[in-house]
This record gives sequence, structure tokens and C-alpha cells, in this order.
Amino acid sequence: MVVATRVLSYRQAINEALRLEMRRDPTVILMGEDVAGGATVEHIEQEGAWGGPLGVTKSLVSEFGRQRVLDTPISEAGFIGAAVGAAVTGLRPVAELMFVDFFGVCMDQIFNQGAKLRYMFGGKAKVPMVIRTMIGAGFGAAGQHSGCHYSVFAHMPGLKAVAPATPYDAKGLLIAAIRDDDPVMFFEHKMLYDVTGEVPEGDYIVPLGKADIKRQGSDVTIVAISRMVHVALQAAERLAVEGIDAEVVDLRTLSPLDEDTVLSSLAKTRRMVVVDEDNPRCSVAADIAALAVDKGFDYLDAPVKLVTAPHTPVPFSPPLEQFYIPSPERVIAAVREIV
Amino acid sequence: MDIPRERLLWIYERMALIRAFEDRVAQLFAAGKLPGFVHLYAGEEAIAVGVCAHLTDRDFITSTHRGHGHCIAKGVDVKAMMAELYGKATGVCKGKGGSMHIADVDKGMLGANGIVGGGPPIACGAGLTAKTLGTDHVAVCFFGDGAAEQGTTHEAMNLAAIWKLPVVFVCENNLYAESTPWTYHCAAPDIASRAAAYDMPGVLVDGTDVFAVYEAAGEAIARARRSEGPTLLECRAFRYYGHFQGDAATYRTAEEEASYRQRDPIQRFRQTVLSQGLLSEDELDAIDASVKRAIDEAVEFAETSPYPPPEECLTDVYVSYPAEQLAFRH
Repeated sequence: MVVATRVLSYRQAINEALRLEMRRDPTVILMGEDVAGGATVEHIEQEGAWGGPLGVTKSLVSEFGRQRVLDTPISEAGFIGAAVGAAVTGLRPVAELMFVDFFGVCMDQIFNQGAKLRYMFGGKAKVPMVIRTMIGAGFGAAGQHSGCHYSVFAHMPGLKAVAPATPYDAKGLLIAAIRDDDPVMFFEHKMLYDVTGEVPEGDYIVPLGKADIKRQGSDVTIVAISRMVHVALQAAERLAVEGIDAEVVDLRTLSPLDEDTVLSSLAKTRRMVVVDEDNPRCSVAADIAALAVDKGFDYLDAPVKLVTAPHTPVPFSPPLEQFYIPSPERVIAAVREIV
Repeated sequence: MDIPRERLLWIYERMALIRAFEDRVAQLFAAGKLPGFVHLYAGEEAIAVGVCAHLTDRDFITSTHRGHGHCIAKGVDVKAMMAELYGKATGVCKGKGGSMHIADVDKGMLGANGIVGGGPPIACGAGLTAKTLGTDHVAVCFFGDGAAEQGTTHEAMNLAAIWKLPVVFVCENNLYAESTPWTYHCAAPDIASRAAAYDMPGVLVDGTDVFAVYEAAGEAIARARRSEGPTLLECRAFRYYGHFQGDAATYRTAEEEASYRQRDPIQRFRQTVLSQGLLSEDELDAIDASVKRAIDEAVEFAETSPYPPPEECLTDVYVSYPAEQLAFRH
């Protein structure tokens, strides 16, 4: 069967995934700050309600109404916890934590409640919820609106963690996350919302826990996450000019981890660079390096190199922020060290 | 108040069962038979039972770290509860939750909670499910006077009020948050009046009088079922044991503790139903005997049940996840 595709932005792809799942399953609801927008303003549902500060959930309220697209007070602990309670009692809530940096005010509900209930209850409960949240530097939003922090969540048993890099993956992974019976953290990079790509019409799934090889290569494996996939691809194109053929593995899901794809690529190229915009200590990048050393030691012909953010908060000033974000130049330099 | 005879018998049986369970757990804990800690509900029985008398298995409750009484009032099997406290494979949570996380979603019991203030947002979620699916189920959120000071409790009350969720907030004010008196940690002269901040009814109730709790909870739950929104009940009672079992309780005097028993909820119930001729002494004594047997059987069941095999540690984390990533790396 030929499925029609068209070009959508990452933002549109996420919106479409939500729309299709809400049509398919009446137990899917959205909740978060301004996800509809303009509560109490008459007719705004039909006439341009916000749909979130960056418009990702725009127009969903006009199709599904305020009973299913719930604007919340600025009470992250309250509504993220309500999403947990709704999930455990029969809904499939998609809660939006506007910026991941806000996890500090609701972490108990995520990791002590949502993530642990099933286990503590001896498997009698399931918690089919998604927390969509915005990550990433590059917007000049500084210390409390720019982190990645997905490593924190990948560390926690009971949670799954997903970080798409392309519109195609964003749609397919979000549909998979909503249908998944476990709590899923879904990390959307704010600098990717306007990135466009081919997206099929209708619903499809990109399975959780499967990495994707975004570029085939034979000389070095570059494992990357979220926006860093694009940085890795730019680096790979430039390395190709100098005769270095890099393979780019887009991790896509951080928990569970697709160890097989990472290790198979390493077995082929025998060299690895990990590119990650999160802070470096105890991170997904460090975990990938540990995996390479533990299970891929015999494949390695050189040290594993990590290209990450520094161990600092995200700074405000543009040159500082640019310094913070891993660049193609830093990836190229790391590759040159080991090839 | 006109309470059907069968329900009066149920109320007495549940209160007596909670008391017998907790008194036995205290002994078992002192004898070193139970791992971890236990927080006992003895003295507060009238609250859980007076509220849960209005609930079915389809209604939900969230609970606290002092959750045994809520479980029993909600109909969770005491054998499976006792086995859970022992950490046995036959426990209601397969030995993975223990006292502080004891739960049975099949009975609408969404868990004791080791986090003070952990439950209120979850109760809102259960109420949101009922509202979204258009059922008349309600969610009752039990929380302590300590949790009354947690931000989550306030966020949840506000959320329930703005969304008119079918949630009833039941504050069990047992006078102490661990060792800290509520008169110290609460800026207001009572907790019930905080309901005004969320435009919901707030009612102060004698939590040692099961009839008073039954009446107030009945009204609040009926209001919730009619989609008229949440209510806050503050039920004052006494906890007979320490914050946790074995607590030296240096924060209160022996005289104070002794005075609690003068308002014992079970004795008060007995006096009321006997003096009004609603139930007979024989009926109540028969319940006492059957409760004792039930607890004996629960202990026997727990003690003879096997521990879970160590590998059971690795199951029930997720519905689906690669098994090898749950295990040790080496």
C-alpha cells in the first residue's frame, strides 16, 4: 500500500500525532498550562486559541473541546500527579510539562508516584501516561528554560524516555508513546519545532526502544540524541569531504536503550563518538560509553569520545550559549582524534 | 440517623478488624517478625470506616503512610495485607510494596503513600477519570494534618475545585505530624477552614465518632456524585501508637495518651448502639470473636507463605521492557 506523505514541521507532526490518537481513543486527554489557551474567553476555541506558548497543541481544543484539552493552573505537581491518577484509573493522559527544567516542582509525582506505582503495587496497576516536555538550548532562554535533563529520567526505573530528532520520528514515536502502557517522558527539542521533513498521512508507529541509522558509514559511529542528530549529520557531511565515512546512529529512545543497534554499528566501524546536549556527568552519553567499553570492548580500536554540553547551567549571552551547545566543529575534532 | 442494621454491623466489624489488625501488627513488629517500619492506625478507625461505608469497589481512595485502616475499610483482604507486611509472595503487592505502599487497585485502593502529600494530586486524577468517562464514581483523598502543609495538597484542592471534580478531601488530624503538634505547624485555628480558599465546603468533624464521620462523609460524597465538586472534611482523632511503631513518643505525655482512650471510637460505637438497642451485645461479641479468628488466620497465612524468589525483584517495573536491561550488568 502506498501511503501519501507530505512535508510537515516537527511541531505539526506532534500536533498530528495527538489529533489522530485523540480521534482514535476517547480516553486520550491533554492537560497542561495553556495547552488550549484563553480559558473563559468566549469562542476562542474556534478563533485562535494559543495551543501552548509555541503553538504545538494549537487547534486541538476546537476539535476535542475543553473537556479533553484541559488548561491547568500553574500547578505542575498538581496536574502531573492528576495525570498519574487518571492513568492508573483508566485514561491515557498526555500531560505537558512546558519546559523540562520545571521538573523540580513536580518530580515527586513523576518518579515517586508515576514511575513506581506499578512496581510497588506488585504489577496490579499500569500507568499509561505521556509527559511531553520541551528541552534544549539555542533560544536564549537561559538557565531555567534551556536544559535537556533527559538523563535524569533515563536513570529512573519505571519511566521510558524518548527524544525524537525528525518530524517522521516525532509523530511515530508519540503515537507509540500514547499507546504504550508505561509512563513515557517525551522530550521535544524547542529548536527542532520548525524543522521539516516527509511525514506519512494517517497513523503509524515508530517503536519505542529502536534506534535508527540516519547515515550509513564505515569509519566511525557517531551516536546522537535529539537536535544533536542534525549536528552529527552536518559533521558527517564535512568529514566525508576529507574521506572519513561516518555512520550516524539516532538513539531516538533513551530508555529502554537499543543496545543492539549501537553495538552493531560499533562492530562495523570500531570507533565511537557520542554527541549529547545534556550535561556530561552520569548522563546518557556516559552510559553509551560504558556500554561500548563493557559489551563492545573487543570492537574498539580507539577510545570512545564524548561531545557534550559542559557541566554548567545553560548561559544566556549568545556567545556563551553557542559555546555551550555541541557544534559540528567539536564533533569533527573528536572524530579526527580517533580516526 | 437512620443507618441500616447491616451497615451498622459492617461498621463495627471493620472498625474491630482494623483495631485487631493494628494491635497484632504492633506485637509482631515488637517481636521482630516484620521488616521495615509500620505506622499504625489504631484510634482513627472511625474515619476510614465512616467514610468508606459510602463507597463501592468502583470508587477510589488515596491513602497515607498510615494506610492499613484505609485498606481494611475499603475491603482489601487482610490475609493478603498481613502477608504483604511480612514481605511474602502472597502479599497483596507480592511483597514489593510493604506497609507504606500497600494497595489494591481492584478494590479502588490506590495505595498507601510513603510521601506525605503524595496522594492528593492522584485523587484528582481518579476524579478526572470519573468526570471524563461520565461515571458517578468518586475519589476520596485521605491525608494527615502534616500533609495539610504540603503544596501538593493545596494544588490538588484548587484543581478539584476549578474542575469540579468528584473528590472528597479527608484530613485526618491526629494532632501530630510525626512529633510536631498541629498547633505548631498550622497557622490557622483549624484545617477545615482552608476550604474557603478553594470555595468548597469545609467541615470540622469529631473523628472519634463514627456516626458524625458517616454523616458528614455521606453528604460530601453525595455532593461529589452529583458533580457539585469537592469538599474538605477535617476529622480530629487520636493515634494510639507512635508515629511509627517503636517511636519513643517523648513529644506527648502518658496522661495525654491515656486520655485518648476515653473517646475510643469503638467503645463509643458500642455504647451508642447498645443504649439505643440497635445491636445486641451478643452480636458485637460474635463480631469480636470472628475478627480475632480472621487475624489469627491472616498471621498463620502470612507466616506459612513463601518469600518471593529473588528474581521477582526484576518483574513489574514496566508492562514491557527488555528484561536484560532490568538486570544487573554483571
